[in-house]
Amino acid sequence: MSAVLDLPVLVEQRRRQHHRRRRAGLALLASVAGFALLGPWLVSADPAFQALSDSLLAPGAAHWLGTDVLGRDVLSRLAHAARMSLGLALLAALTAAVPGVLLGVIASWRGGRTERALVMLADAVLSVPGLLLVLLFSSLAPGRHWALYLGLSLSLWVEYFRVSRAASRPVLAGDAVQASRLLGFGPAYLLRRHLLPALAPVLGTLLAFSAAQAVLALAALGIVGVGIQPPTAELGLMMIEFMPHYEEAPWLIAAPVALLMLLVLGMMLLAGDDGDAA
Amino acid sequence: MTRNPSRQPSVWGGLLLRRLFQIAALSLLVGTLCFLMARALPGDLATRIAAGRYGYDLVSNAAAEAVRAELGLDRPAWLALLHWLGDIARLNLGRSVVSDVPVLFEVAHQLGATLQLSFAALVVAVLVGLPLGIRAGLHPGGAVDRLTVALAVLLRAMPPFLLAVLLMLVVAVNFGVLPVAGDHGHGSVLLPALTLGLGLGAGMARVTAAAMREAAASPSYEFARTKGLSDRQALVRHGLRQAALPVVAYLGVHAVFLVEGALVVETLFSWPGIGHALVHAVFGRDVPMIQGTALCMGLMFVLFNLLVDSACLALDPRRRLPAGATA
Repeated sequence: MSAVLDLPVLVEQRRRQHHRRRRAGLALLASVAGFALLGPWLVSADPAFQALSDSLLAPGAAHWLGTDVLGRDVLSRLAHAARMSLGLALLAALTAAVPGVLLGVIASWRGGRTERALVMLADAVLSVPGLLLVLLFSSLAPGRHWALYLGLSLSLWVEYFRVSRAASRPVLAGDAVQASRLLGFGPAYLLRRHLLPALAPVLGTLLAFSAAQAVLALAALGIVGVGIQPPTAELGLMMIEFMPHYEEAPWLIAAPVALLMLLVLGMMLLAGDDGDAA
Repeated sequence: MTRNPSRQPSVWGGLLLRRLFQIAALSLLVGTLCFLMARALPGDLATRIAAGRYGYDLVSNAAAEAVRAELGLDRPAWLALLHWLGDIARLNLGRSVVSDVPVLFEVAHQLGATLQLSFAALVVAVLVGLPLGIRAGLHPGGAVDRLTVALAVLLRAMPPFLLAVLLMLVVAVNFGVLPVAGDHGHGSVLLPALTLGLGLGAGMARVTAAAMREAAASPSYEFARTKGLSDRQALVRHGLRQAALPVVAYLGVHAVFLVEGALVVETLFSWPGIGHALVHAVFGRDVPMIQGTALCMGLMFVLFNLLVDSACLALDPRRRLPAGATA
């Protein structure tokens, strides 16, 4: 069975398919990100402007996605919510990446006691489920962005640490690094010329992945009402606000749901996961 | 730990040690955060406690000072933090500020509901995932295989809260079959359990299919067929155990999904479990309850991981060699 599947032609075909899937995932994520960054600028309507006479309008020329119960423009709210969520998530993912990667490289570079201590630190953070950690931080200062940001980046750095620790070990043990060391190059050179280029592809995927995860965590907290507080537009909050009006305006809830689903789909495609990987 | 490879207990001991350390870290982290939360509450702590005791009309500065001295609220922050953590170590979690019931009592009460939901979700996942996965793995490229791929992509593109919203709208509102929310006995556990279990089961079907495909292609399985065992016997005696490992490991990786999912799904469906209690404690700024429920959820998570680790060790003798276990 496996012998048939391993024919060079089929392998090549699968590899190309895999490549195409990653491209599609990247394109999806990029379009969601593009909507988040450019949306608020393109949609001129004020996300907080209420017009009670225009309550629950169906999608039309004036309001492309209709209006909510307070007559606020849904497209504009969606764009602002996406920008806020994605901005916060990207910031958290980027700032978590720096200490995560550095500590991971240090761990596999130094080995021994340093490595064990760092792994213990990561284990300690891993003992609390990520969403719980973000929830606890956000209840330190309810509705504040900085508290959510702190919680997110604290729970995200561990993944960078684990991946870069595992990925930098073979690089550090390889001939190229040994040769550079013998030639007398220092740690900064090794990091710049050997480690970062080797880590870059996997780090790119991880960055997209953890940013999308952070967006989902924000939406999950929003939907249970302990994340960002109204009247700020937020994806989870929007879903909860639209639920009671499902009878009159069932199309409303589709907008935030579709945006989140596109995001997750893009993330899964990018991770090269067709349901087979755990 | 790794000095004596022939002795088994060292591996089990290392496993336990790692999880015990995690429990300590969990208590430290949650305790410190809750301490900060209590300090960050607006208003003077002593005055509020005095008001609770004597009534708001009778509170004077003198009464507040007396309370402050009695409860040691004038201690420096680090000493207060140490006392706070000491209380956790002695399992003295205090009383809920809202209901005045001991936190341990409340949490023990809610734990039952959460365990019931998690168990039901696991049952759903196993019922959906295993049969489909085994069938798909034995016949790669068949109809069931393609169905599970489509199902997995669709279901895993939805975080649990999305699935919850959709299930509520479609099953409960449109068809009116099951109760939308709450715990009214018959059938109310079904929707939240489906929400948690379907996503898990879809992933499980794919992992099972991959594991089964590998097991069916392995030399040991081929030999079992060659020596004359029937399809069924070969599957039950040789295929399943080999395929079980990745599936159990998958459950371990996704334990976090069950715990985080419980937090969201319980709140959405008003299921009276720990996640629901935690969110309501956050609304009520009830710090002792936040601490108790968060600790309990973290503990559940760590214990579930321990269970999965032990199951992996029990299933796979190769892992009992120290090199694999300490990596």
